[in-house]
Amino acid sequence: MINKTLAELSSSLKAGEFSSVELTQYFLDRITKHDADLNSFITVTEEQALAGAKNADEQIASGSSGALTGIPIAYKDLFCTDGIRTSCASKMLDNFIAPYNATAVEKLTEAGMPMLGKTNMDEFAMGSSNENSFYGAVKNPWDLERVPGGSSGGSAAAVCAKLAPVALGTDTGGSIRQPASLTGITGIKPTYGRVSRFGMIAYASSLDQGGVFASNAEDCALVLGMMSGFDAKDSTSVDRDVPDFSAALNDSIQGLKIGVPKEFFGEGLDSGIDKVIQEALEEYKKLGAEIVEISLPNTHLAIPSYYVIAPAEASSNLSRFDGVRYGYRCEDPVDLTDMYMRSRGEGFGTEVKRRIMTGTYALSAGYYDAYYLKAQKIRRLISNDFKQAFEKVDVIMGPVSPETAFKIGEKTDDPISMYLADIYTLSLNLAGLPGMSIPAGEANNMPVGLQIIGNYFEEGKMLNIAHQFQQVTDYHKRVPTQFGEEK
Amino acid sequence: MSLSPDEVKKIAFLARLSIQEEHVDQYSQDLSNIFGLVEQMNAAATDNIEPMAHPQDAMQRLRDDVVTETNQRDKLMANAPLKEDGLFLVPKVLD
Repeated sequence: MINKTLAELSSSLKAGEFSSVELTQYFLDRITKHDADLNSFITVTEEQALAGAKNADEQIASGSSGALTGIPIAYKDLFCTDGIRTSCASKMLDNFIAPYNATAVEKLTEAGMPMLGKTNMDEFAMGSSNENSFYGAVKNPWDLERVPGGSSGGSAAAVCAKLAPVALGTDTGGSIRQPASLTGITGIKPTYGRVSRFGMIAYASSLDQGGVFASNAEDCALVLGMMSGFDAKDSTSVDRDVPDFSAALNDSIQGLKIGVPKEFFGEGLDSGIDKVIQEALEEYKKLGAEIVEISLPNTHLAIPSYYVIAPAEASSNLSRFDGVRYGYRCEDPVDLTDMYMRSRGEGFGTEVKRRIMTGTYALSAGYYDAYYLKAQKIRRLISNDFKQAFEKVDVIMGPVSPETAFKIGEKTDDPISMYLADIYTLSLNLAGLPGMSIPAGEANNMPVGLQIIGNYFEEGKMLNIAHQFQQVTDYHKRVPTQFGEEK
Repeated sequence: MSLSPDEVKKIAFLARLSIQEEHVDQYSQDLSNIFGLVEQMNAAATDNIEPMAHPQDAMQRLRDDVVTETNQRDKLMANAPLKEDGLFLVPKVLD
């Protein structure tokens, strides 16, 4: 059951080999059995899952089902889900019941996908290890002493351990690609504007983008296609047709020009990861691709500019948490200021406070030009680097992260060292480009992801390129022994 | 670049965040380190470069000025920490 693709599950459902209720119960049972080890879910929504599955079975019986009808899914706990707690892994929203569905959730619910539950994450999506959660750290299924990456670590761990066949995440600076890399699964962050941000609790609005975790590119293509598209409720949603991402999967990649940025292979890259990436590029050569060395000269400026822009937008977005309309309120406030200060001081965790203060300072009187405006100019330089590169190549490849999954607690005292590990992922968010991570091998006995960077709105081509790799490799089929299929 | 404990307290007040006294030094050190990293931007030449606010340089869309939302007052207020007669309650603001 756990090794079937979504298309295979769908065929089995339509052929009556098992029902959606049985399939959904199967994954709920796996969550019950395994999630105590992983902590990948904040809320398991058994009742809604089975009700959704029953509906799906009726649709299948009546012949009105679609490609995803009856296949269960999990959502990162920052996608609003009507009537279900949506916590953002924060004490601030521990009691928040979302009053509506995020557009992505709405579309996938309409497509007939039962919701298994809400997955763990770094609080307000701020972090790269999933250690910054009010509900505790998530464990990497390949080694329970190690982090799964972040911020969408719960979704990544759940898909890796086959507790869910597919899950949604969000990516503001690498939060889909990095955990996908660290857990050895496939993850895609589409072009900024492709997936509606409506109902996704905002971290940094000009960078946030929803995407998919699954076992392979073929599965990602199905779900991404279903959740994409223009939404009038998101003011930065892009009004552009969504092609059938599955249609191009089997296209030949003969003659494909792959750009490899030399700046992604410098100091700090683990030598084992370097080797895995070189071997993956060799595999692509065998498939008929041509490797072209390129330069993205402003890559080193991605970290400093991101750590101005993202915290600045966060400080503005998170000002809505005031203890008045929803969320945590402190006990016995003496006046309004005391209520604001203690509700926010007690409701937010350390990393969130660190970023709010960073952003507040960067935006404060007298510093705006030196920090925020300067960072936005650098954002243009980084974006121009990519534009020039895409004049010469069809796609760009490199590592996702300079290191494999580290031990839980290893970096908690040094936030900067964690920021530095985002070096290969941040620049895409600044430019608004789509990116993927696909499993490409192992280093230090842990999975390593290959990053595939496409030009704007070329998700279909990226998924094709990923799928072709997955036709000749089996890294995406590996499951940690502990989480293998029950005999 | 260094941010003193007093500056941290000032920023925390601007952001309306209560910070425990024993944590001020740590935040001061962390924020100083972050801005140390941020200052690498200074080396970049950005004269005549337009700031980029949106990845596709798109402008905010406008819609017709008509009511589209339905009244869901009770549902939207269900999460309020303290409410009465359809109003949010807050500590006394005026004497």
